[in-house]
Amino acid sequence: MAAVMPDHLHDAHHGPTGLMRWITTTNHKDIGTMYLIFSFIMFLSGGVMALTIRAELFQPGLQVVQPEFFNQLTTMHGLVMVFGAIMPAFVGFANWQIPLMIGASDMAFARMNNWSFWLLPVAAVLLIGSFFVPGGATAAGWTLYAPLSVQMGMGMDMAIFAIHIMGVSSIMGAINIVVTILNMRAPGMTMMKMPLFCWTWLITAYLLIAVMPVLAGAVTMVLTDRHFGTSFFSAAGGGDPVMYQHIFWFFGHPEVYIMILPAFGIVSQIIPTFARKPLFGYASMVYATSSIAILSFSVWAHHMFTTGMPAVGQLFFMYATMLIAVPTGVKVFNWIATMWRGSLTFETPMLWAVGFIFVFTMGGFTGLICAIAPIDIQVQDTYYVVAHFHYVLVAGSLFALFAGAYYWLPKWTGHMPDERIGKLHFWCSIVFFNITFFPMHFLGLAGMPRRIPDYALQFADFNMMASIGAFGFGLSQLIFLVAVVKCVRGGEKAAARSWEGAEGLEWTVPSPAPHHTFEEAPVFK
Amino acid sequence: MTHTFDKYFVPEPSTYPIFGSLALLLFGGGAAMWLNGVAAGPWLFFLGIAVLVYMLFGWFGQVVRESEGGKYGKKVDRSFRWSMGWFIFSEVMFFAAFFGALFYARVLSVPWLATGDTAELLWQGFAGGWPTAGPDKPDPFTPMEAWGIPAINTLILLTSGATLTWAHHSLVKEKRGQLKLGLLITILLGLLFLSLQIYEYRHAYAELNLRLDTGIYGSTFYLLTGFHGLHVTVGAIMLTVMLFRALAGHFRPDSHFGFEAAAWYWHFVDVVWLMLFVVVYLL
Amino acid sequence: QSRYNLQSPVTGVAAQIYDMHTLMLLICLVIFIAVFGVMFWAVFKHRKSQGAVAANFHENTSVEIAWTVIPVFILLGMAWPATKTVLEMKDTRDPDITIKATGYQWKWGYDYLQGEGQGIRLVSNLSTPRTQMDGQAAKGEHYLIEVDKPVVVPVGKKIRVLTTASDVIHSWWVPAFGVKQDAIPGFIRDAWFRADKEGIYRGNCAELCGRDHGYMPIEVHVVSPQAYSQWVAEQQAAMAAAAGDSTREWALAELVERGEKVFAANCVACHQADGKGLPPAFPPLDGAAIVRGDPKAQIDVVLKGRPGTPMAAFGALLSDADIAAVITYTRNTWSNKTGEAIQPSQIAAAKGN
Ligand code: HEA
Ligand code: HEA
Ligand code: CUA
Ligand SMILES: [Cu+2]
Repeated sequence: MAAVMPDHLHDAHHGPTGLMRWITTTNHKDIGTMYLIFSFIMFLSGGVMALTIRAELFQPGLQVVQPEFFNQLTTMHGLVMVFGAIMPAFVGFANWQIPLMIGASDMAFARMNNWSFWLLPVAAVLLIGSFFVPGGATAAGWTLYAPLSVQMGMGMDMAIFAIHIMGVSSIMGAINIVVTILNMRAPGMTMMKMPLFCWTWLITAYLLIAVMPVLAGAVTMVLTDRHFGTSFFSAAGGGDPVMYQHIFWFFGHPEVYIMILPAFGIVSQIIPTFARKPLFGYASMVYATSSIAILSFSVWAHHMFTTGMPAVGQLFFMYATMLIAVPTGVKVFNWIATMWRGSLTFETPMLWAVGFIFVFTMGGFTGLICAIAPIDIQVQDTYYVVAHFHYVLVAGSLFALFAGAYYWLPKWTGHMPDERIGKLHFWCSIVFFNITFFPMHFLGLAGMPRRIPDYALQFADFNMMASIGAFGFGLSQLIFLVAVVKCVRGGEKAAARSWEGAEGLEWTVPSPAPHHTFEEAPVFK
Repeated sequence: MTHTFDKYFVPEPSTYPIFGSLALLLFGGGAAMWLNGVAAGPWLFFLGIAVLVYMLFGWFGQVVRESEGGKYGKKVDRSFRWSMGWFIFSEVMFFAAFFGALFYARVLSVPWLATGDTAELLWQGFAGGWPTAGPDKPDPFTPMEAWGIPAINTLILLTSGATLTWAHHSLVKEKRGQLKLGLLITILLGLLFLSLQIYEYRHAYAELNLRLDTGIYGSTFYLLTGFHGLHVTVGAIMLTVMLFRALAGHFRPDSHFGFEAAAWYWHFVDVVWLMLFVVVYLL
Repeated sequence: QSRYNLQSPVTGVAAQIYDMHTLMLLICLVIFIAVFGVMFWAVFKHRKSQGAVAANFHENTSVEIAWTVIPVFILLGMAWPATKTVLEMKDTRDPDITIKATGYQWKWGYDYLQGEGQGIRLVSNLSTPRTQMDGQAAKGEHYLIEVDKPVVVPVGKKIRVLTTASDVIHSWWVPAFGVKQDAIPGFIRDAWFRADKEGIYRGNCAELCGRDHGYMPIEVHVVSPQAYSQWVAEQQAAMAAAAGDSTREWALAELVERGEKVFAANCVACHQADGKGLPPAFPPLDGAAIVRGDPKAQIDVVLKGRPGTPMAAFGALLSDADIAAVITYTRNTWSNKTGEAIQPSQIAAAKGN
């Protein structure tokens, strides 16, 4: 095929059409779109699993699923949401926006970019397919703690290979992003003039390259313990089950910042636009993001306070974890200072962004409470932790993704999203979100463990409330689907600068952004 | 705009990536089946590898053609440099996980198993110490001696690093003959290293009773040296490709990043070995 | 018992945790109100629709330093009490009684290692009947947090708990004591508590440990020293009687009858009451070759377990009589009709080599 292809690519018409266009494309916008669609499908799949969990937990007793399958659902819900929904969604944003924001013609490695994406459906097939093999999917929790994960059936092996493949995809994607940002900025765009979204992604990509290989190593050791007789996680052979946790969380904690830093970036783009005022404290934002990333490598064992570390270990990890509140606080304060004495309007993206700050901070505070080792002894592995991380992951990462989607939809589709639908989506989401997850704090404090299909009677009413909220929250997400489909189909034409206060190179190209942009680098002032 | 802009090369649509994905699907699915005794497993697994090899040859072949066709400007060259650097960093982190496991076992968990209540209540009579196959009545084994083949292998790899640098200098000075000779020697040294390593493994299994399932010592020993060996293999393949390219007249003194990338990789593999030699064999 | 907050503490450490949590909550609440007070002020007052015109400031070094430094001090204030509690929790020296808690899939075994009651051994199983879970019977007050044999400890004494596990990681957790300690296979970890109030305190296994992770509760009875001594005497008498069981010769019917109970307490979760199991993870016993063939192989599996699967090693968990009984039961029920009686002495012999 290479032979018949003309070298100059101005003409999209010469490329393959139909399905082949999407399979072979090297265009960052096409690839970004595929990432976004893929991640939304994964979000719905993970959501259906969550709803099944909530249906089982609606009342005490076993009604909907059996315990073994329940554990599979919990595990797969976590894996699918983390690796299938949230991470690819942010990569989708990176694909669409980074070249537009820094004035690059495409990603640095356009062909590898395609591969990064197309590895994901493959991993999803392995992961979700594992439900259908004998023994079912892995049921060891998304953390895949050994030696429980050593006990699992074939589904565990499929999950391990899926994780390897997703790791390859993430590493290639991250390298692509780093190189694009470092090497392809338009003349005049110095690092400290770069939009904050690009900064947060640069640092996220660095985290990805640093920790995905470590996860690969951890699951490889599980694989060899399972099948080749090694004893990494077996005391009888001189290993240690807790060693798995150290390696996993060395990946796992940076991983949660991988899922939040780009969200910080999105919010840092949106707030100034709708405050019509430049971002407050740009430089301190950059330093805060870097500090979070650096600190994130020295806090991992706050997930392991109950494993019985020596006191010095507990204290070290407690202090280091608490420190992260400082740079995160700087970010929150900067956003609010940006809004202060601005000229605020609350179109849908801004609503989501403000909602994000509000609810994410609650999740941050519960994180801080978890960081206090003695308190964590009580709440570890309870619904308090489940509440904490859904506040930061759903109200944090997911809300920021919605904010970003509404913000850039005009650039992607050429139409303004419907404000009425978008706002409805926001209000339903934030109300049902809190109905679902707020009671989980109480459940956890009162002593309900996580990852259980059935519970003691005193937890009944809050669980019922959470389940009702969850179904409401799930249904609310269908509104998003409507909003997007409507926006793609038509609606008010979007101007190049779609929002009054929007700044940055992406708003200098027409809406929808043409297939190829910035083939001649713009000069950034 | 008046200044002429060095246009960044964006490749045309390509089918290689989807073949790559398919390959990994077959590879991963096949491996999972194989490990669980499904008959089709090995077939799918090897099919996956075959597709992967096809894809890699096709893809890199195209990259080489594009490069020799002069499509890559300065900027693309810089991208390649950055990306190779970051790729090697990711590899470093992969090895770090296994080095970390070795460190954790030696310094923390094995001593824990041999002291205090853990030893008294669960593993009476376990003395700890390194090397160990753990407290649960392991078969006796002999640990790997550093000053035999491993030391020779260290010399071999160090020498190969030197010959590769020699080849590189020759490339820059346009001494093509020395370039080819240097590459060839490097590759042969790599193969020699691998042969000795295989010999060492056989010796370990046959005479030392040191196996993959020899507790934590066997686990860390084989996974660290095994993954290193795998990387030597990949590096040797990369250098072989470079040799063929050199024979085909590729590379110019000012533009030969393919060669450099392979060299960086080879040096990285070298450094990993040095650390292995110290941590796994010597200490 | 609050439904909104940590359970009422009955140990000094738990009380410290409780207060610390209250303090943290208040601090966070104050910060929250202050920060979002400012934000909502801006949201309402600095709206375009209110005629607000955007200012143009975008940095202010002194403000930025202030909101970096002040949080550091707040955090120091939080870290101080936490540090003290951590050090206290870790101080497991000089206990009055030491109990080893061993996690099994899915039950807890307890060995009293030191202090009054030394030598007592008991296995604690969930006692909620299956019918309550399936909704065929009304759920009792202590649904899922009740056990057949609780741990008993005297009030006011320092109890050191050693945790370990035989298969996967479990976690021994009693909220009212402020104790949660993972039980790690192959390692011993410890924690301690000194309960100030008599009563029954309930907890759960707090680490995902496989299918019945939700069904391995912990029940601790804190009793007066007199009641404790009495309980110890009872246990010791029962253990002496059980020792006799393991040496005498049993009749087949006797073994089957006892075996049925042992099966119901230990095996039914996986192998199911009808012996059909839940393949492939949990193989059937009904018609299984190993159950019908040479008893040596079956005894071996029951004693040592199957590493890498949930099949536990029961050798240390059940008495020889119980093991003999349950094996005899499986060999003489459902469609298995070997007619063999496996004697406790055979188990003892198998253990010997
Ligand atoms: C997006 C993901 C995300 C983010 C951003 C965070 C952020 C934080 N997390 Fe969270 N966490 C998770 C995802 C995340 N977490 C997940 C998934 C788990 C569970 C994994 C599992 O077990 O399955 C988890 C679990 C978890 C634990 C282990 C709990 C347990 O299992 O026992 C702990 C303990 O320390 C913790 C702490 C923190 C802290 C201190 C932060 C901090 O970064 C928060 C900082 C933010 C703020 C503090 C708010 C804003 C600050 C101010 C307004 C300034 C002023 C404030 C003060 C001075 C107090 N997290
Ligand atoms: C990364 C992001 C992420 C996201 C977005 C979510 C989203 C949700 N999660 Fe969470 N969750 C995790 C990450 C995430 N989760 C992780 C990491 C764990 C830990 C796993 C472990 O313990 O190993 C976990 C665990 C977890 C638990 C604990 C399970 C247990 O311990 O046993 C629960 C329980 O309520 C839960 C609920 C939910 C709900 C209700 C949503 C909702 O927000 C989902 C909403 C979405 C939908 C519902 C889909 C959209 C709608 C449709 C498809 C239409 C159909 C709808 C209707 C018919 C109503 N999650
Ligand atoms: Cu045992 Cu959970
Ligand atoms: Cu963390």
